[in-house]
Amino acid sequence: MSQFLNSTAGDIVLAMADKIVENRSYLSEIDGKIGDGDHGVNMAKGFGMAAQRIKGRSLSLSEAMETLGNVLMTEIGGSMGPLYGIMFSQFAEVLDGVENIDPATFSAMLHSGLDGIQSIGSAKVGDKTLVDALSPAIDAFDAAIADGESFAQALEPLVAAAEAGRDSTRDLVSKIGRSSRLGERSRGVLDAGATSCAIILEALARGAQGRLQN
Amino acid sequence: MQRFINDPDQVVEDTVKGFVRAHADIVRLADNPRVVVAKTAPVAGKVGVITGGGSGHEPAFIGYTGKNLLDAVAVGELFSSPTAKSFHDAIKAADGGRGVVCLYGNYAGDNMNVKMATKLAAKDGIAVATVVANDDVCSAGPSERDKRRGVAGEIFMWKCGGAKASEGASLEQVRATAQRAIDNCRSVGIGLGPCTLPAVGHPNFSIEPDTMEVGIGHHGEPGVRVEPLKRAAEVARDMCGIVLDDHDLAAGTEVAVLVSGLGATPLNELYILNHTIAEEIEARGLTIHRTYVGNYFTSLEMVGATLTVMALDDELKRLLELEVHSPAMR
Repeated sequence: MSQFLNSTAGDIVLAMADKIVENRSYLSEIDGKIGDGDHGVNMAKGFGMAAQRIKGRSLSLSEAMETLGNVLMTEIGGSMGPLYGIMFSQFAEVLDGVENIDPATFSAMLHSGLDGIQSIGSAKVGDKTLVDALSPAIDAFDAAIADGESFAQALEPLVAAAEAGRDSTRDLVSKIGRSSRLGERSRGVLDAGATSCAIILEALARGAQGRLQN
Repeated sequence: MQRFINDPDQVVEDTVKGFVRAHADIVRLADNPRVVVAKTAPVAGKVGVITGGGSGHEPAFIGYTGKNLLDAVAVGELFSSPTAKSFHDAIKAADGGRGVVCLYGNYAGDNMNVKMATKLAAKDGIAVATVVANDDVCSAGPSERDKRRGVAGEIFMWKCGGAKASEGASLEQVRATAQRAIDNCRSVGIGLGPCTLPAVGHPNFSIEPDTMEVGIGHHGEPGVRVEPLKRAAEVARDMCGIVLDDHDLAAGTEVAVLVSGLGATPLNELYILNHTIAEEIEARGLTIHRTYVGNYFTSLEMVGATLTVMALDDELKRLLELEVHSPAMR
């Protein structure tokens, strides 16, 4: 079964941060339609700050994720700071001390992140939040592995399900967070959190695929 | 944007720095520059009283730091919850050994960050109790009061909770009193013009000329209806109707009234509203014990006003009257 080394994979977080910073205006623009338009600004600030602290230090994936989780949790605030903060802190905790990340560890990491998010927020699938991208992505990955697909192959349905989950938020009515105050008026617009979550998951999947060894 | 800013990303830092300079006799900064602390805090043997919230509502939240009011305040980005760390640091700064009560609004980010800060404080051995304000009538129906947002009624919650703590009450007593204070509050907001986050650069919502948004939230959350802008007296009567119909107070009840501007409405217009508000409240057989009119809880440069009515009992009246020394209320 293929796997990748934890110790040399910290740069995955840098690539992820680049993607978030690249999408700063786009994320704020979607957020502005039903939120207050600062999602891209806050995400780029947090991921950019974490990237500064990770760059050039050859960190492991778990160390880089821990740094990112800490920055988000202690310096960003809002709703996304604690939610993504706890997700990356949980990711890091599962990977801590692991030498080779195999599909089982990768899946455990994702589940732990989702559990963390649900321990502080109360969002379920269908509430028009980042959970709409994250939860089906995990299920798709688990299902592909259970069907006997390779690690690399199983990451494809993960990315596809995250994107489909993101797109599903367009037709949803927000049930939680500031946009929930809009009721029906929140329909027809992507959720900014689900959009950033799909970006994060794709960066994570591509980073893993590029490092897999048999 | 016709605004006094240096850097759109440094608005909060610059605000807090200037605030602390202006009120150095009352407040100081904690080691964490996102925590404002009363110079009197922590008071040994007193329950600490804190809040926290997004910036852009000045003088809320920081302006209510001071003697017999808030011991510490966690400061967030504009319209964005403070970090769990800042709430945690505010709790630590306020702790005088008898626990800390955190009195805050009902927003998703605040709920999560306070929850995490409470866990962190538990590890330090500090007991934390919380009260979540939900005075904004139009933000959810009467059957879903727990979903309503906290708005200007939070000021009465801080005032009564802070005074109760200064009287030497226990953590549970302070919590219960602050809870009763906010349970006795109802608020409504009327928006006449939007506001702009400097880093975003354009208003996030619009209010058409000659219209008003009834029930608008403190960040421009949509209200229950948009209708043609009416004469001030009619607007004031609508505000009273929304607040008092939800409140259902017995005739003879004494109340405190708070009319706050949302940032860009001149003070004289608040007085114009208050005249009719007072008439209307008295016409319903209620007695106005005390009135506050001013920019007590704003939303950047939003045009509009909020009305808060708190029903009083003997204890709440006594707590409201206790002298305070804070930048926003003296």
